[in-house]
Amino acid sequence: MSVKMIEFVVNGQAVSVEPVEGEMLAELLRERLRLTGVKVGCNEDECGACTVVIDGEPVLSCNYPAVKAHGKHITTVEGLAQKDAAGRLHPLQDAFIKYGAVQCGFCIPGQLMTSYALLEHNPDPSEDDIKYALKDTLCRCAGYPAIIGAIQAAGKSLRTGQPVEAPQVAPSAHAGKAIGRVAPRPDAVAKVTGSAIYTDDIQFEGMLHARVKRAMIPSGMVTRLDVSKARALPGVVAVLTAEDIPGTHNHGLVIPDWPSLVDEGERIRTVGDAVAIVAAETRAIATEALELIEVEFSPLPVVSSAVQARQEGAPQIHPKGNLLKHIKVRKGDIEAGFADADLILEETFHTPPHDHAFIEPECSIARPLEDGRMEIYVGSQIPYSDRYEVARALGWPEERVRIIGQLIGGGFGGKEDIAGQIHAALLANATGRPVKLLYDRHESLIAHPKRHATQIRVKIGAKQDGRLTAVETELYGDTGAYASLGEKVLTRATTHSSGPYAIPHVRVDCYAMYTNNPPAGAFRGFGVMQSAFAIESAMDMLAERLGLDRVELRRMNALRVGSVTNTGQVLRDSVGLLECIDRVSAEMYKLGGADPFAVKVNPAEPHKRRAWGFAVGYKNTGLGGGAPDKAGAHVELRRDGSFEVRTASAELGQGLPTVLRLIAAEELEQPPTSVDVLLSDTDLTPDGGPTTASRQTYVTGNAVRHAAKQLRQLIVSELCEDYDVDPEKIQFLPGLVKVNGTTLTLPQVAEVLEQHKMTRMAAYEYSAPETKPLGTGGDMHVAFSFAAQAAEVEVDTRTGEVSVLRMIIANDVGTAINPLGLKGQIEGGAIMGIGHALTENFIVNEGQVVTDRLASYRTPSITFTPEFTTFVVEHATADGPYGAKGVGEIVLIPTIPAITNAVYNAVGVRAHSIPLDQEMILKELGKKNSQG
Amino acid sequence: MKLWSNYVLAATIDEAVQALAHAGGSARPVAGGTDLLLELQQGRHEPVHTLVDVSTIPDLQRLEERGGQLFIGAGVPVARIVEHPLVRKHALAVVEACGLIGGPQVRNTATLGGNVAHALPAADGMISLAAMDAVAEAAGANGIRLIPLLELFRGLGKSVLTENNEILTGFYLPLRQTGQASAFSRIMRPQGVALPILNMAVWLQRSGERIECARIAVGPAGPTPQRARQVEEFLGGKTYSEDTTAEAVQLIRETMKFRTSPRRATAEYRTHLVGVLLLEVLEKAWLRAGSMEVL
Repeated sequence: MSVKMIEFVVNGQAVSVEPVEGEMLAELLRERLRLTGVKVGCNEDECGACTVVIDGEPVLSCNYPAVKAHGKHITTVEGLAQKDAAGRLHPLQDAFIKYGAVQCGFCIPGQLMTSYALLEHNPDPSEDDIKYALKDTLCRCAGYPAIIGAIQAAGKSLRTGQPVEAPQVAPSAHAGKAIGRVAPRPDAVAKVTGSAIYTDDIQFEGMLHARVKRAMIPSGMVTRLDVSKARALPGVVAVLTAEDIPGTHNHGLVIPDWPSLVDEGERIRTVGDAVAIVAAETRAIATEALELIEVEFSPLPVVSSAVQARQEGAPQIHPKGNLLKHIKVRKGDIEAGFADADLILEETFHTPPHDHAFIEPECSIARPLEDGRMEIYVGSQIPYSDRYEVARALGWPEERVRIIGQLIGGGFGGKEDIAGQIHAALLANATGRPVKLLYDRHESLIAHPKRHATQIRVKIGAKQDGRLTAVETELYGDTGAYASLGEKVLTRATTHSSGPYAIPHVRVDCYAMYTNNPPAGAFRGFGVMQSAFAIESAMDMLAERLGLDRVELRRMNALRVGSVTNTGQVLRDSVGLLECIDRVSAEMYKLGGADPFAVKVNPAEPHKRRAWGFAVGYKNTGLGGGAPDKAGAHVELRRDGSFEVRTASAELGQGLPTVLRLIAAEELEQPPTSVDVLLSDTDLTPDGGPTTASRQTYVTGNAVRHAAKQLRQLIVSELCEDYDVDPEKIQFLPGLVKVNGTTLTLPQVAEVLEQHKMTRMAAYEYSAPETKPLGTGGDMHVAFSFAAQAAEVEVDTRTGEVSVLRMIIANDVGTAINPLGLKGQIEGGAIMGIGHALTENFIVNEGQVVTDRLASYRTPSITFTPEFTTFVVEHATADGPYGAKGVGEIVLIPTIPAITNAVYNAVGVRAHSIPLDQEMILKELGKKNSQG
Repeated sequence: MKLWSNYVLAATIDEAVQALAHAGGSARPVAGGTDLLLELQQGRHEPVHTLVDVSTIPDLQRLEERGGQLFIGAGVPVARIVEHPLVRKHALAVVEACGLIGGPQVRNTATLGGNVAHALPAADGMISLAAMDAVAEAAGANGIRLIPLLELFRGLGKSVLTENNEILTGFYLPLRQTGQASAFSRIMRPQGVALPILNMAVWLQRSGERIECARIAVGPAGPTPQRARQVEEFLGGKTYSEDTTAEAVQLIRETMKFRTSPRRATAEYRTHLVGVLLLEVLEKAWLRAGSMEVL
């Protein structure tokens, strides 16, 4: 029968809706019933974000025809909270908050619904049961350990009727009243109840839907472009090409070399290049219109690697050639260093591009206002840069554009460049109507900048006793068709390529090259992930050649206070590398026995070999290199006695609002819950700079700290005057200020300020200590974070398969301001590293993206979660807030070489590229066996 | 650009067959849709006028002993098969295979019928059925007929079902007798498409220390699913020993032809792995067959 009306029950409510041709359940729930807690991450049955429970079973709603809902009972995340008067959360929701399982939050509805169905069937699930049930519910923040803990705690609560027990998370050694203590995220409740709004959840009256016509060839000239048929399609409101751009045609974070639209007669440099944009009444019509756009190309040769790009006679991609930048590091006399060496080792490594694979695809909404301004709703890592770029494209002053930052469903560096912001604005400007531009997963994989693919040659000279005499590295970095942050990323790769070691003689040459591959830009680790894989692999090889202990070799050469880095920076404080090494090493010996690096064979499964591997890493905090590194912040005492912190810094799930709230609470001696944080609105919040380079805790953290201090001083000085007392007589208590014998509530304090005609707000613009450009010596960076990691792997010698069983991790973060958020960063970063080592490979063949679906670009699922032992090392840095420095990137950097080194220790196969290829391992094992 | 115009929730087999025959445009049967709907969404399958959903037809939802055989309806979600005591008793290979299809959510809608009808040479459920010597039941304009499983396939993605506009209604499997057992396993790689590099199901009849007879299905080994007939023949009547299994490994590597899938596995790697899998799956089935315990 054909269903006339779809009748079903959702969250206890009977619903009856007319069927729509081709409609999936996720669309029905999100668009027609406005249950936007149902998230769509991939539309291809891969990510699990759209999971809803249908008649007791978890089902993916993105690929479930809506008509099939007829007669069913459906529960979405909105139906999970108990609908009693108290509006209590379900124990799972409570547990997810308490365990810190909620980060960016975008996958959380799917995690909760999958877990809910699991607990309904199995109230006491083991870790294996959970891993089986949640295998295909991906979390790119990789809060898997917290998710496992939360599900078990919720199960216990459901079984016993007792409240959910919180996990044990140690406070910081430098904890104050607020900072350094466990605190839930300000947005946690919204994220577990489905009420958290991400850009695609927003609808406006009369809103149009946009889509982008992309070249889909990597290199060529546009010889003909005809959009007339697309314009004529009923329901299409506008089709724009390059000639319709009123302002600047190019954008780019550093160099404006990236055309928003490529015109007839212009050059295509990568498959994702846009040639036309469509706005239509529905997304389906816009999609149909794309097919009617006629575009012809004359193909040009494809440059497919950085090495090829630098070869003589290579086709030139940009007018200035293929070289974006030749980046150099010079320290000492490299020839003398090698002459002094007893042993010289030289190896070459390769790393592929990686995709951020945030579960929330890019989405922008542009909304023209009656007063002539334009609002852009977008989850962006750099809102002020978006404002600049959109205004330039429109040919407007910046103030006419307002970026209203939305929650970001994962970023990791992939939401720094322009995605749909300009296109949506152009279409909104042309049509006078709000326009939503949502990428699908396929488009996201093709269009946004990736991690740089690299080739890294490492040459190390050492004395017999292990002291390094010289390190020379040569890097080729593939920045793809456009610069994006290529120069910055590869500068970081360059300066970190000799590892966190004190080396007298260093020489590095890095060639940042344009190719016809998708652009490469920022990605957690920012070039240092690639360098660390190369140098830390080489260090293990060196230890073996010298017959030295791998840990001892690193300890001997490790940077410490007083060391001079390869760029000539004297490290004055906060170098916790040795402590990281010692902590991890001690634990590794505890878990792994007298020789953790020796292969272990389980007699029951003799074909499986286990061993530990070890690696270290470091990562700068802040922009450095002479770039002004500033952030503004406002802290306001509101009339109701609560506080608001405002800054245009982005929250990608890393926990910035918690950090800023704790800092303000600390300075004002208030409970953290009395501080709200407003981020990323260019009309309301001062520029916090880009959310990149592990800089926000340090830079914006300092800005908030100073602003909060200023507000406190303001309050103190006003009250001193009123009550004629010394400042030290004024005491801040939760919700109160005591002045001698008098107690004022904070609303009363606000009133006093108003009576005095004083502002209730303090504004502060913080500038990080000045840094020096590369090549000039001195302080290139304000601080560095350090880490050591050990990984235990198991290799199946029959198949070559590798799994990571246990990891030991220590990170020197200066001060752990937000210990619960830090735990999520540490574990999630390591799991992302496991992904880079084992699962992730963004494949581009002659400029064409092969891994153009989430089904082929695989990120680690919960089944990859190892057993973690983590240590937080806190060597405070003088200028960081309470001694804190960055943490977002260091967490991932040593993971990859720790794993590949462990594989070598287990089976003697050295990986010169990632991800680990089980067939390669088996082949190498075969060679070794045949050689006896 | 609609993926489909008409979605028919068929209530009976007859209604489904009629709907397919008189769709007034292209028509395809669909159950869980976890393959077909994705192909439609991704443009790998041309839009269809009518989708005939067979997943709620009661006859296709049956899972029971019927006439001395085990009947698994083509519309039973594979998650239910994994849990079902009858399948766990008679066909552990099918349980193990169904437990690995897709992911947990997908298994709540995906069906064995869809797994087979898609006609891919390494579909986990289908490979397990092949080793069980299952017989498929199909319904079309000319009524219901039985087709030995491997005779369904005409090539990569092609089956006799589409040729005849038929729908799969279920599968008949022999009931497990004393000394019989089955097992399934597969080898994946963590990168790339979630298709196995190689999968294998084994059914065998054990008598004391001897293999009376065995059936071995392997995928992907060619455009259609394959049985390792020469190895089956070799194993029949042999004493189970290290020598026997070593010879079987050699034989399977010599007699089965594999191809290279770019970025997934070379033919060489598959040829190696088929021996690894054979040892593992054969041993698992052998040990099960030796235990009288009904699992």
